[in-house]
Amino acid sequence: MAAMTREETQALIQEVLEVYPDKAKKDRAKHLAVSDPAVEQSKKCITSNRKSQPGVMTIRGCAYAGSKGVVWGPIKDMVHVSHGPVGCGQYSRAGRRNYYVGMTGVNTFGTMNFTSDFQEKDIVFGGDKKLDKLVTEIETLFPLAKGISVQSECPIGLIGDDIESVAKKKAKELDKPVVPVRCEGFRGVSQSLGHHIANDAIRDWVIQNRDGDESFATTPYDVAVIGDYNIGGDAWSSRILLEEIGLRVVAQWSGDGTLSEMELTPKVKLNLIHCYRSVNYISRFMEEKYGIPWMEYNFFGPTKIAESLRAIAARFDETIQANAEQVIAKYQAQHEAIVAKYRPRLEGKKVMLYVGGLRPRHIVGAYEDLGMEVVGTGYEFAHNDDYDRTMKELGNGTLLYDDVTGYEFEEFVKRVKPDLIGSGIKEKYIFQKMGVPFRQMHSWDYSGPYHGYDGFAIFARDMDMTINNPCWKKMQAPWMQDAVAADQPQAAAG
Amino acid sequence: MPNVMIRKREDGGLLFYVAKKDMEETIASIETDTAEAWGGAVELTDGSRWYIDPISPPPSFPTTLRFKRADD
Repeated sequence: MAAMTREETQALIQEVLEVYPDKAKKDRAKHLAVSDPAVEQSKKCITSNRKSQPGVMTIRGCAYAGSKGVVWGPIKDMVHVSHGPVGCGQYSRAGRRNYYVGMTGVNTFGTMNFTSDFQEKDIVFGGDKKLDKLVTEIETLFPLAKGISVQSECPIGLIGDDIESVAKKKAKELDKPVVPVRCEGFRGVSQSLGHHIANDAIRDWVIQNRDGDESFATTPYDVAVIGDYNIGGDAWSSRILLEEIGLRVVAQWSGDGTLSEMELTPKVKLNLIHCYRSVNYISRFMEEKYGIPWMEYNFFGPTKIAESLRAIAARFDETIQANAEQVIAKYQAQHEAIVAKYRPRLEGKKVMLYVGGLRPRHIVGAYEDLGMEVVGTGYEFAHNDDYDRTMKELGNGTLLYDDVTGYEFEEFVKRVKPDLIGSGIKEKYIFQKMGVPFRQMHSWDYSGPYHGYDGFAIFARDMDMTINNPCWKKMQAPWMQDAVAADQPQAAAG
Repeated sequence: MPNVMIRKREDGGLLFYVAKKDMEETIASIETDTAEAWGGAVELTDGSRWYIDPISPPPSFPTTLRFKRADD
């Protein structure tokens, strides 16, 4: 069932844009579109990766968030110093549920916050001496840290500190990598540039560390999983599938990842890219320098998993291909049972998504497996190449919104009336108060994993318990309920 | 004169990627593509035209090259 026709969706966009002043209207119109699978190039119908309009509510992050929060942060055996004032690090501490194994504070540091805690005197006289001192302190307190990354916050760029020279000096002194990352928050229009800067730092300071060192025994089946941040254990439920088909996962970036895994990545035969947006830069670099091909895969929902496993296996020999078929067959009964259980409860429900990275397109398949339909989707910080990939996944007439504003999103929801919204914590309570079931699709609403066959079971259960939760029928106070509501007894409805 | 990364797609087509612009297009036609040289005027599927002095011997892909805009 198509929710809305192309014309209706187009009209809806026009109506929502009506309240803006002319200039803002002109700008926002470029970011809203109706998907058309026939369009090869998204830039013809949607503009992305542009500065947000002043005065509208956006939920984008900054370059520091993209680097420290997304790419570098989950590398568990390194200490990531939030270099600058204390807040950036403290308020984002452990916010992303990048699971990892290890003893926090001894050999892993994922959920800890390290900061140089800039004061007025550091701004006036520069913070390089402080950085030097704190790196020595980290070495004393946490000798098992394999390396240190310096994640710059805004003031570092503004006062012109030379963190690179400090990093070089300390790296020599400690004999471990000290990586300066120039991810000052004011750079770029969103966290997306932070991903790029973080990738460039990995390229310049990490990836070539083991060039010329052939002591690592390789096999023809070595792969690296790149761009899986192990939210709620996602990377683990993906990794077991790859290992089951006979591949050896040498490195896992960066959820539950380590520095030595990153250094070993140039030795693999194939890079498997989960989040294209945040790691395509380094994958392209490795392809060019080391000749390692890369491919994107999607482990959301059985249809896409089978598709991806076959595509991955096709890059290897026949044993792997046969294994892939076996693995797909092995899990068939499991996911068929899940679909049989939840599909009748979820069939035909409409979903609107607004997240970042890869989910606005990757999760579509998992919803379709459950008989649900994605009627609107959008990215916080995507670029054109993401929308190119998205258009292929969507039906005709799906609403697309790039860097949607708070107002637009609310209006779209009021009109499209989806049965479920998947977005982040900042949207959650607005929509729940509007009476629309909501799942956080950044943190899986503290559930997960959602990747892999095991993850699909959890995904299906979570969607069911959100949409079919009896609380949605109790949105009105008893004394406000009119005669219409009285005709439908609450107890029987549940 | 942007830096362009050229890589082979799975189906053998060549992809033209400009990192700074996030532009990833397929190459529709190349003026010179022989065993001795590769380059000349390049046209992409979006209709834009680019130029590079023919390189001899042909480079192995993936590689980064500097292209000129041929439009102006």
